[in-house]
Amino acid sequence: MAALDQTQVKEGVDQETVDAVREVGGAYKYGWETDIEMEYAPKGVNPDIVRLISEKNEEPEWMTEWRLKAFERWEQMDEPKWAMVSYPEIDFQDQYYYARPKSMETKPKSLDEVDPKLLATYEKLGIPLKEQMILAGVEGAGNAPEEGRKVAVDAVFDSVSVGTTFQKELKEAGVIFCSISEAIREHPELVKKYLGSVVPVSDNFYATLNSAVFSDGSFVYVPPGVRCPMELSTYFRINAENTGQFERTLIIADKGSYVSYLEGCTAPQRDTAQLHAAVVEIIIEEDAEVKYSTVQNWYPGDENGKGGIYNFVTKRADCRGDRAKVMWTQVETGSAVTWKYPSCILRGDESQGEFYSIAIANNMQQADTGTKMVHLGKNTKSRIVSKGISAGKAQNTYRGLVSMHPKAKNSRNYTQCDSLLIGDKCGAHTVPYIEVKNNSSRVEHEATTSKVDDDQLFYCRQRGMDEEEAVALVVNGFCKDVLQALPMEFAMEAQQLVAISLEGSVG
Amino acid sequence: MALPEVKQSATEARLSALTLPEGGCLKAARHAALSRVQTMGLPSRRDEYWKYTKPDTLVQAEASKAAVFETGEAPMFDGFDRLKVVFVDGVFDAEASDDLSLEGISIERIADICEKDIHWAKDLYGVLEARGQTPVERPLAALNTAFATDGVVIHVTGTPSKPVNLVYRHADEKSDAILHHVIKVDSGASATILENGPAAARFNKCMEIDVADGGALHLVRAQGRDHERRAATHLFARLGSESVFKSFTLTVNGVLTRNEAVVELTGDDAVAHIAGACVGDGDFHHDDTVFITHDAVNCESRQVFKKVLRNGATGVFQGKILVKEGAQKTDGYQISQSLLLDDDSQFLAKPELEIYADDVACSHGSTSGAIDEEGLFYLRSRGVPKAEATDLMTLAFLAEAVDEIEDAEVAAAIIGRLEGWLARRH
Repeated sequence: MAALDQTQVKEGVDQETVDAVREVGGAYKYGWETDIEMEYAPKGVNPDIVRLISEKNEEPEWMTEWRLKAFERWEQMDEPKWAMVSYPEIDFQDQYYYARPKSMETKPKSLDEVDPKLLATYEKLGIPLKEQMILAGVEGAGNAPEEGRKVAVDAVFDSVSVGTTFQKELKEAGVIFCSISEAIREHPELVKKYLGSVVPVSDNFYATLNSAVFSDGSFVYVPPGVRCPMELSTYFRINAENTGQFERTLIIADKGSYVSYLEGCTAPQRDTAQLHAAVVEIIIEEDAEVKYSTVQNWYPGDENGKGGIYNFVTKRADCRGDRAKVMWTQVETGSAVTWKYPSCILRGDESQGEFYSIAIANNMQQADTGTKMVHLGKNTKSRIVSKGISAGKAQNTYRGLVSMHPKAKNSRNYTQCDSLLIGDKCGAHTVPYIEVKNNSSRVEHEATTSKVDDDQLFYCRQRGMDEEEAVALVVNGFCKDVLQALPMEFAMEAQQLVAISLEGSVG
Repeated sequence: MALPEVKQSATEARLSALTLPEGGCLKAARHAALSRVQTMGLPSRRDEYWKYTKPDTLVQAEASKAAVFETGEAPMFDGFDRLKVVFVDGVFDAEASDDLSLEGISIERIADICEKDIHWAKDLYGVLEARGQTPVERPLAALNTAFATDGVVIHVTGTPSKPVNLVYRHADEKSDAILHHVIKVDSGASATILENGPAAARFNKCMEIDVADGGALHLVRAQGRDHERRAATHLFARLGSESVFKSFTLTVNGVLTRNEAVVELTGDDAVAHIAGACVGDGDFHHDDTVFITHDAVNCESRQVFKKVLRNGATGVFQGKILVKEGAQKTDGYQISQSLLLDDDSQFLAKPELEIYADDVACSHGSTSGAIDEEGLFYLRSRGVPKAEATDLMTLAFLAEAVDEIEDAEVAAAIIGRLEGWLARRH
């Protein structure tokens, strides 16, 4: 963090913000590794590796074929170069595509049978894989409601899911929550129907690679009318060296259902960069609602840009039914390179998409992130709020698309992107695309801090606050809203982030 | 890197239809520009920078036909006290033009300076255009530098008593004009340039502007009412410290217009304002592409673009503010707004910021929508008929861009043209 310590911070940026960023970008807390015997597939990727992964997951023939088709497509594709990130050429044949702890060779029947070393790993990360009130022993429990809060966890370690908690209780409610490999075996009809229906196999270079080689991930199905009795979460841990993690998440919220899903990720501190290319697909039927929150804290590399995770992720939600609703919340603090655009397809009439993002890039980190809001249905609404903070020599880019199709009558979009630079060696960029093809829709894009909600500002000012205080309160209030939606596992990071105010920021 | 085959053949086809002028003292600049075109290739639909505008008709070997439109109204700046320089289908017309001598300013034809061995314009011709090729390529501008058949070089040395009016007449429905102007404003000098007229069936214009420390240049143009014409214009400006450059463009009609403005603020405390208002109907397609680079301390840039679209018209805005490392105390502002008068029209925008300095205030806003119902209701409740109320609100919307023009008389003339467009609607 030496870079930030020596930085002259301009007037108007408060010390708390600087400290908070320093804290977040400081010593990486999850950089240790678990010494565990691993089993690897041979290095590189080819049809044999694809078959091997499929075989390891005991997949049916149709799934293997699906993967092989994806691989065929991937071979013809080029790596995208349009993002404002630069990194050395990735040798896709010089890494492992499958790594699993030896002890996972025969799948444990229950959590009690899981290798204690693995359980200890998650314990150390603050994610105890026990069916307990999740708050027990987790810092920040003081703020929690008395009855506690349950969170079901699916823990993914390198290429495999180690275990899923609360499966029984969820089953009673009709909710299916398991690893995707289990879902392919146990619920093929659902997987067949939905897999690849939101992010097509050939969507983009990384999504296609993922389609060919994804090893595990989570699967969620919430039946009609069911409000998922607890929050669901997946914790991704990369441990093995020179190994890419390719996970696949599929969430289906049937008519009138509700689920809140959380995702966390960390990796050991290493000198070589590692690849992470995930695909998340969410299907939301009529009147259903999904909240998807991420705290992305992959190892960001050291202050000279050595090591770190290359995070190339495709996330997309499809609001298929009328009045379907999706909310993406992301706190991006890790990764050496981030390339991630969680998107919403607002197909159903009156469907809604929201995207709240806080992206912090420090040292040599590069983040190119944002969202796409594709309005297809009538009276659809979307809202984008993005806060980017750059420090050290980092580059932080918001890239987004708002598209109003001719049939999306009376739709609304509001976008606000704010960036804050701490120091004069970093960069903050905004690349929005706005496409409006009907006149009853209203699209507003802003990138100024002075335009916090006027009503809220007026309310604060009426009560005697000066403008600066009022803005800080409104912005902080917003950040808190986002962060409080996250599970307690993330409490520590969340607390640090809450302190960040965005005064003095630039567009 | 070799060009994609389609691009290569389109470029070759276009180049083979052109002849490189002799050049004289500009020979080296023209040859260098030609090799830039050959390296870059002419734009194609697959280029990110042409995502929202199809360049095909601007690139094809022959210009598409465009009927000459008789408006029946006097040309834009006819009533003004001005020095008139007339081009007909891209060729200088000495008879129709005024005497080119005026105190404080010198105007020469490019054809005339080519015969000289030494000329100040040699240090600018193609130079600013070449600088403007990074980070984004603008091959049509390089094509212009290489093949421009006419144009003027203007040297502003003082404060001329009247504006210079470049009038572009369109006479031949198949004309394909390539004009290149160079304007140099000396330290402390100040001038106004007015441009009007459709120019040709297809018009490729490039203007290079160098404003020295403390100089000022005001540019106002109206692109004529010929609907079938196509135009690709480039404006490259380099501003010294405490200099001022203000530009306003009015576009009424035109099946295809792409106006690129590339402005570089290289001296401290410089000011650049780029504004535009456009109104279009039917197959009207208008693209404003602006790239402003802040490379000095305490500079101000302002972009204000307003578009009113109806009957399926398309408006495009690509604007970028780049603040380089060290360009502290930058004040960058950008607003792009469209008013869609019906459901068939569309607005496509990409307002970008790229910032490498921490003590700056940059903001951009972009909005699109129909006429504000509440405003309309307010006017109607006070007895204003609906059509009139709509016109009033449309005009008020456009006026924000017209307000960027400093000269009240010029601004009034522009408003007059906008009123005319609205009146023709009924």
